[in-house]
Amino acid sequence: MVAEANVSKQNLQRQRTLQTLRTVFMPLGQLLLFIVGSAAVLGLIVVVVAFFLSRSDPKIMQTAIAILPQVMIDGMVRGFLFATIALGYTMVYGVLEFINFAHGEIFMVGGFVGAGVAYLLMQWGLLSTLPWIVFIVIAIVMGMTVSGLLAMATERVAYRPLRNSPRLVPLISAIGMSLVLQDVVRLIATSSPLGFNARFETPNFGKPFQIASIPLGERAIPVQISPKAVIFIVAAMLMLLALNYLVNATRLGKAIRAVAQDRATASLMGINVNQIISLTFLIGGALGGAAGVLFGMNIGTVNPYMGFIPGLKAFTAAVLGGIGNITGAMVGGIVLGFLEAFVASYLSLFTGGAFSGASYADIAAFSILILILIFRPEGLLGESTTQKV
Amino acid sequence: MALLELRNVHTYYGKIHALKGISIMINQGEIVTLIGSNGAGKSTTLRTISGLLTPRQGEVLLNDKPIHNIPAHEIVKMGVAQSPEGRKIFPRLTVLENLELGAYLHDTRSDAYQNDLDRVMTLFPRLRERVNQKGGTLSGGEQQMLAIARALMTRPRILLLDEPSMGLAPVLVEQIFEIVQEINAQGMTVLLVEQNALQALSIAHRGYVLQSGEIVLENQAKALIEDPMVQKAYLGLE
Repeated sequence: MVAEANVSKQNLQRQRTLQTLRTVFMPLGQLLLFIVGSAAVLGLIVVVVAFFLSRSDPKIMQTAIAILPQVMIDGMVRGFLFATIALGYTMVYGVLEFINFAHGEIFMVGGFVGAGVAYLLMQWGLLSTLPWIVFIVIAIVMGMTVSGLLAMATERVAYRPLRNSPRLVPLISAIGMSLVLQDVVRLIATSSPLGFNARFETPNFGKPFQIASIPLGERAIPVQISPKAVIFIVAAMLMLLALNYLVNATRLGKAIRAVAQDRATASLMGINVNQIISLTFLIGGALGGAAGVLFGMNIGTVNPYMGFIPGLKAFTAAVLGGIGNITGAMVGGIVLGFLEAFVASYLSLFTGGAFSGASYADIAAFSILILILIFRPEGLLGESTTQKV
Repeated sequence: MALLELRNVHTYYGKIHALKGISIMINQGEIVTLIGSNGAGKSTTLRTISGLLTPRQGEVLLNDKPIHNIPAHEIVKMGVAQSPEGRKIFPRLTVLENLELGAYLHDTRSDAYQNDLDRVMTLFPRLRERVNQKGGTLSGGEQQMLAIARALMTRPRILLLDEPSMGLAPVLVEQIFEIVQEINAQGMTVLLVEQNALQALSIAHRGYVLQSGEIVLENQAKALIEDPMVQKAYLGLE
C-alpha cells in the first residue's frame, strides 16, 4: 500500500513537471507558428500580387522577391517591439479589465532611462570600454526598474482610489496620467543635458550581419540584420520566456491568474489582491521599460512623445491577439509587426509610388484595430466572453 | 467558549441596510445552520465574516478576538475558510491548481500539503479522477466538491459553506451533506448557509432563521424542524 502510494505520488509529481513544461513552452510554440504562418501568408500574397503586376512591368516581381527577406526581418523586429509593450496592456487588462492608456509613456520612460544611463556612461568614459553585453544588461535592468516602479506608483496614485468607480473613470484618469508623464519627462529632459530629442549613445556593436545577397539585375541586394535588431529579438524572446514561466509555473503566477479570474474568491484563498495587482503593474511596466530601452537603442534617439504611437499600436496588438490573453498579446504583436512591415515596403512598390511612405503602415495597423473590433472583438486567441463564467 | 461570534452586526451595501443587528454564536465542533429565503442576508453574513464586507457597526469575534476590520486574505490565515455561493471555482485553472490555490498560504512541497491533498481526494474521489481537468469543465456537483475541497486546503478551524446544495440534483445534495457531516465528525466546525432548510436542519446541531436581515428564531436544529413557523415558511408544511 505504502509503495503504491509512493508510486502514485511520483506519478503525480512527474505529471506536474510535464504539465509545467507544456504550459511554459506551448505559448512559445504557438508564437513560432504565428511567426512562420504570418510570414508565409503575407509572403504568398506579395508573390501573387507581384505576379499579376509583373505582366505590365516585369521588374516588379524581381524587386518584390529580392526585398522579401529584409521585410520579414523588419517585421519581426517591429513585431517583438509591439509584443513586449502589448504584454503590459494585456496583463493589466487581465487582472483589472482596464486599459492602462499611460502604458505607452511607461515605455517612453524606459527609453529615456536607457538614454540617460548611456549618457552617464559616456560622460564617465566607460561607454567604449565596457563590453557591449554589460552595457545592455545595465541599461535594460535600469529601464525595467524605473518603469516598473513608475507603473506601480501610477496604479497606487491614479487607479487604486478609483477601483470601485464606473469603468470610464479610471480610463480618463489613465489618459490624464499619460499626459502628465509626457510633460514631466519633457520638463526633466529639456532641463537636463539630454535635451528634448535625446541621443541614445551606444557602444559600437559592429557591422550588420550579412545573411545573404540577392542578385537583382547588375546590382545585388544585401539581406542584412543589424546587431541591434538581433539583440532586440533575443532579449524580447528571453523576456517572453521568463514571463511565461512566471505566469504559468510559479506561485505568484498562479495568484495572478486567480486574481484575474475572480478577485473576491482569490482573497478567500489568502491572496493579497492589492499586492498582486501592484506586482502585475510592476511586471507589465518592467517589460514596457525594457522595450523602451531596446527601441531607443535601435533607433538611436528618444523623445517624450515617442510612446504614444507605439503604445496605441501595442494596444491594437493586444486587442488583435485577444486582450487579457498573454500568448495573444505576443501573437498579436508579431502579426501586426509583419503586416506593418509589408505594407510599408510593398504598398509603394505595387502602386507605382502612388502610396509611398511608412505612414501608410499606421493606416494598416489602425484599420486592423477597427476590423477586429467589428468582426472578432475577442481577438485571435481570446475566448468569447460568454465562456468566462 | 464560542469559536466564532457575531455581535449586533450591521452591514450595508451602499445605502441598503442588509444586516440589521445580527448576533450569532458557533461553538467548536458544531454544525450551525443559517436558513432563510432569498435576499434574507445569509450570504451577506458569510461575506461579512470572511472580510469581503466590513460591518458598519457591531463585532465579529474569532476566539474572542475581533476580526471585522481585518482584510479578507488575513482572515483566511486565522483559520476561517469559505466555500462561496455559486462555487466560484477558477474556471480556467485545473482542479489541481484550484486546490493549490486553496493551499496558497502553505508550502506546496511539504508533506503536510501532500496529506491535505490526500485527505480531500479521499473525501471527494471524483476530484482525483479529474486533477488535470479545467475547473470550468466540471459538472455542478463536481464543482461544489472542488469548492469545499479548496476551502479545506486552507487548513481552516471553521468552514463556512454558502448554499452547497444550489442547483444540484437531490442525489448529489444528499452526498454533499453526508460529506459535510463526515468533515464535521473529523472535528471541523461548520457554519452552513442554506435555502434547503430541511436538509440543513437534519444534519445541523443548531440553527438560526434569518429574515430581511434579522434573526427571527434560534434553537436546536431538532426543535426548529418542529417549529410551526419554520414548517410553514421554509418546509412547506401546514
